[in-house]
Amino acid sequence: MLVVLAFLTIDSLDASRAGGRQVPDYDVINQHIGYTYDWSRRLEVPVIGPAEPLFGRTYSLQEASGLMSFGKLVIQSRACMDCHTFFGNGAYYGPDLTKAWLDPAWSQIWMPMTGSSTREAAMVAFLMHPDQYPTWTRRMPNLHLTRAEAQAVVAYLKWMSAIDTNGFPAHFGRIQAQN
Amino acid sequence: MYRSQKLALRYFIAAITLFGVMIAAGLLSALYYIDPALLYNVFDFQMAKILHIDTLIIWLLMGFIGAVYWFLPKELGREVVGIWVAELLFYVFCSAVAVVAVVFVVVQYGGSNEFSMWFINQGRKYVEAPRWAAVGVVAVVLTFVFNVTATAWQARRITGVLGVLILDLVPLAVLYLDAFPKITNMSHDLYWWWWLVHMWVEATWEVLIGCLMAWSLMELMGTSRRIVETWLYIEVMLVLGTGILGLGHHYFWIGTPQYWLSIGGFFSALEPLPLLGMVVHAVYDAGTHHMKTTNRPAFYWVLAEAFGNFIGAGVFGFMMTLPQINLYSHGTQWTVSHGHFAFWGAYACGVIAIMYLVLQRTRSAEHFDSRAWKWGFGLLNLGLVGMVGGLLIAGITQAIYERAEGGSTLQAFVAASEHPWFRSAMYARFIFGIVFALGYFALVYDLLAIGRRAAVAAPTQAAPA
Repeated sequence: MLVVLAFLTIDSLDASRAGGRQVPDYDVINQHIGYTYDWSRRLEVPVIGPAEPLFGRTYSLQEASGLMSFGKLVIQSRACMDCHTFFGNGAYYGPDLTKAWLDPAWSQIWMPMTGSSTREAAMVAFLMHPDQYPTWTRRMPNLHLTRAEAQAVVAYLKWMSAIDTNGFPAHFGRIQAQN
Repeated sequence: MYRSQKLALRYFIAAITLFGVMIAAGLLSALYYIDPALLYNVFDFQMAKILHIDTLIIWLLMGFIGAVYWFLPKELGREVVGIWVAELLFYVFCSAVAVVAVVFVVVQYGGSNEFSMWFINQGRKYVEAPRWAAVGVVAVVLTFVFNVTATAWQARRITGVLGVLILDLVPLAVLYLDAFPKITNMSHDLYWWWWLVHMWVEATWEVLIGCLMAWSLMELMGTSRRIVETWLYIEVMLVLGTGILGLGHHYFWIGTPQYWLSIGGFFSALEPLPLLGMVVHAVYDAGTHHMKTTNRPAFYWVLAEAFGNFIGAGVFGFMMTLPQINLYSHGTQWTVSHGHFAFWGAYACGVIAIMYLVLQRTRSAEHFDSRAWKWGFGLLNLGLVGMVGGLLIAGITQAIYERAEGGSTLQAFVAASEHPWFRSAMYARFIFGIVFALGYFALVYDLLAIGRRAAVAAPTQAAPA
């Protein structure tokens, strides 16, 4: 069993490395990302679209990698995983963040609420001062993120939304399309 | 009594204390669901949650370590080699746990830098403890491994149970090294994180508790070594045969290839088999001895362990790890329901059983019974089953309304969480949590009192004869 696991691990780590067949490279944050139903696989998959700069700029692969590394450090230092889930793993007090970048709530609720003209600007405004933008009884606490930290988290969430998660969460793309 | 056994008693006291902290933090975590404004921006949900799950791991680990330090000198007929290091590290371990807890309560989290990872909070579920403390855990576990292996070496004796235990402790120690890295890629991070979490909880800990239950059954019911060792080998083979690739049920949705859906689904479906073996074993032994024992509390807690492990870890795990179900149940309170039942059944009941076993020996009580243990046993198990039921209803509500119908958007998450089924289930969970806490107090009272009065009463009863 251990030998089988070793072989599967080698293949899985290759498939899930940034730039592997399941996980896009970090500079995917420069492109539009969608999530639609794939009839051949019978599940929803991310669709990488045309150029869509983040925060009005295009990141080189090196810059994007640095941003992701910093974003992950922010996520760990604030223990995001002890309220939220990533790919369904973590704690269940807050919503799952696997496809958070694609959530219709950013454009429907937070863009008007924060007076932001883009999704990423609304996300940064919310993450820096979540206590100022309540939408529900369970409110995210203020974790005192700087603008740079909030931007890194937003970039990280955009990259995560482009990962092929074998159709998890199901129906997210359908709901997104309806909105 | 050997020094090692005195150390075991200290470990049990620390374990039962942390069990209480775990319950307090759990009740607080449950309260946030009922009153989300509670301690907002002062002490938020994530910190209570961290205290709850980290003390869970530590109290069980301390219980296991204490149990081994108790059984080891009996097994080998000699004092544990290097016991003074183990004694020293016990205090280091307790101090480290206290310091980490204070940092979690007072400092909570730090900035986005390596300093936070080393000294405040690593932010990875179950292994949030900062790296310096993780180094301490490694030191304790390595010393523990040294104590066990060196004692067996010096005694020039190895038994089947001890051999399995030593082989199990090596991966137990090595896997914990996974508590240190900060990996940028979330898919890779979770891939290795599950090696630690799954391989500890669903493999190495299962084997460890199997060894401890084997020793317990020999002591509790006088079951022959040949029988318990045969069962242990069967269980270990089944645990390793199903549990290693059963790891695959954590790899369905983290960005790993689709073949894990088949592999993980298949082997996870087999994972209840070794747990069923434990039930058969327990029922067989209990039947052979016509349910007669001189230590009823330990006996009933062993039975609770066997059934709780099978139902909580096995049946509840099987129920939600088929990928077709897991697509909707994953990441909901359904997982929490399974987690509570599994940890309780697989490990907590076993550790409590061993505590009763040990107390009978230390208090030299032939008639080892009381009313309080029944209250503790009843309230703890009732509270646990009630919490598990409430969480299951909440999880099913999420699976339907958040996952299947709502597509897991924020709006769907809110809609499911505001659903009357979910809200009432959260009240039920809290109420049964109170019942569980009352059971804890009964347990602690009984652990302090049981056997003491019987030991005094015995000579007066004997006098008229």
